Amino acid sequence: MNRFTPFEWIAAMRFMREGLVQTLLIVAGVALGVAVIVFMSAALAGLQTNIIRRTLNYMAPIVVIPPQQVARPLRGGEKGSAVLVQPRSQQLRSIDQWQKARAQIERLPEVTAVAPVVSGPGFALRGDANKAVNITGIEPETYLGVISLADKIVDGKLSVASSDIIIGTELGEDLGAGVGDKLRLTTATGASATLNVTGIFDFGNKRVNEANVYISLHVAQSLLNLVGGVSSLEVKVRDPFDAETIAQIIQDETGQEADSWIKTNAQFFTAMLAQTLTNRLIRFFVGLTAALGIASVLVVSVVQKSKEIGILRAMGTSSGQVLRLFLLQGAVMGLAGSILGSGLSFVFLSLFRGIARNPDGTLMFVIEIDAPLLAVTAIGATLVGLLAAALPARLAARLDPAVAIRG
Amino acid sequence: MSVAETASPETLRLEGVRKSYGVGTPVETEVLHGIDVRIKSGEFAALIGPSGGGKSTLLNLIGLLDQPTRGKVWIQEVETEKLDDAERTRLRGRSIGFVFQYHYLLPAFTALENVMMPMLAVRGFPDDAMRERAAMLLDEVGLTPWKDHRTNDISGGQQQRVAVARSLAMKPALVLADEPTGNLDTNTADGVFDVLRSVNETSGTTFLIVTHDPRLAQRCDRIIELVDGRLVADRPNLNVVRRSGAVFSESAQPAA
Repeated sequence: MNRFTPFEWIAAMRFMREGLVQTLLIVAGVALGVAVIVFMSAALAGLQTNIIRRTLNYMAPIVVIPPQQVARPLRGGEKGSAVLVQPRSQQLRSIDQWQKARAQIERLPEVTAVAPVVSGPGFALRGDANKAVNITGIEPETYLGVISLADKIVDGKLSVASSDIIIGTELGEDLGAGVGDKLRLTTATGASATLNVTGIFDFGNKRVNEANVYISLHVAQSLLNLVGGVSSLEVKVRDPFDAETIAQIIQDETGQEADSWIKTNAQFFTAMLAQTLTNRLIRFFVGLTAALGIASVLVVSVVQKSKEIGILRAMGTSSGQVLRLFLLQGAVMGLAGSILGSGLSFVFLSLFRGIARNPDGTLMFVIEIDAPLLAVTAIGATLVGLLAAALPARLAARLDPAVAIRG
Repeated sequence: MSVAETASPETLRLEGVRKSYGVGTPVETEVLHGIDVRIKSGEFAALIGPSGGGKSTLLNLIGLLDQPTRGKVWIQEVETEKLDDAERTRLRGRSIGFVFQYHYLLPAFTALENVMMPMLAVRGFPDDAMRERAAMLLDEVGLTPWKDHRTNDISGGQQQRVAVARSLAMKPALVLADEPTGNLDTNTADGVFDVLRSVNETSGTTFLIVTHDPRLAQRCDRIIELVDGRLVADRPNLNVVRRSGAVFSESAQPAA
């Protein structure tokens, strides 16, 4: 008993030590719950960031394209007239006044980069081999702000001067082309260009590696017959999860069509939301279970100690002191459990690191338990403990000393 | 009323105290039917009577653990009717000590800490003065060698003596003892009673002791008898036996 520890703290500690087995069991229970919550949250966050990173690797969060062309029948809606409307074929078009649209988009505070892009279908030919490719004409200085292509170059360098082309690893293998080799690009308009392979990229996605080729914007414009125009503006935003909202704003402001990655990957996104929701649900129930555990241990303790509480009250202990005594026990159990549980989650994590590896031995995805998550969990568990102790503490504080002592 | 005629101040005064249970229900029962008692400072009084006669109810009212349905209770000339719960708790903590049939010590604490507990509860933080007073009280009841033992590790008589020391911690004006020796064998009971008596003589603390044991009642200065919720007798005990002859024999031996 030291002179700076208040009565409530001394008594709470002694009571918990007295029922040591009960206390340890419930702390262990809380610790397990906390470990599961911390680990699951961290694992899910790691998994999701990983998937998002892989998707946004080769894809801009928002792609702005010209609005779809629709067929407008000259006469329509008149009663008795049958009109057959055939949908229009969508030709490759430039965004109308794309410089103006780009300036408008750049003014949005959430937007970090805008890159004009010309993309369209073509063929890559080398010797007897030819492959259908997706030609993407870029300005490296703007495009790199949206897609970190430079990080993906595995051979050669990132250079798209007018006679340069960057191809993926798969396409290189298919055509037998490496850095320094020449290949020809042709398009449906009949235009063609012979280009030098200056770099090989690898996005870790086979489809992208075999179909995408990057050339300079000017060359793409002439190949795809879109001189002076761009087929899309690729937009990067600060928070990828806001992409859909920002896409709506862009659509309203520019009159162009803006597709967010959330919309184009709707299925995947729904799955991810479901995961997040499931995680929240599990967290809630784990928390609830821990709270019920603490509450039940304390209720039993109040019943067991009702005579002692009665005598404490008879000796002049206020009902507020009794209330705090039990609230403290709940809070301490919650906090102790959360500290232990955080440690335990690191054990889970290292076990998981041993299991979740790619065939080549690299980590499947990175999970990091960050300090804020631990702090939030510790505070949360303490609050849960306090809340759980509220009922037993009230029970104890309201105990009629005369009745309690009589038993 | 010879004892009450001295000029010493009143520690306790009851006027027309009635207590009913189940007030407002069809089963309302009155267990105390108008009790008037005055106890002067320094008295050593016994409250006797058959079981179910209302002794414990009366003790709870005096100890401010319960409130009368009608009538008034003064503790050290403070009228307690209008006090709120916190004020009653404070007055109880300062002025009244309790010893019960069962000791109700806190097993999580040592004997010394149990004696400190009332001071700690009232003042909030422990200090050396508390520790010294608790040690002094344990010495008075002959338990110095056991002061650092957990209360579960000492005998029943020793536990009850710790409870007596604890009841004196706040230097209360009045100690209420509800069958303080009811759980003890004759010799041990005599020892505990000797402690109560000597505290009364040395410090002038007022005692009101509920007992079933006529032998122990004979050792009190005044005997109040309560039957069916009414005072049927209140007389000074002229043949008071002050000493039992029992000594603290067990305090010299380690706990069983």
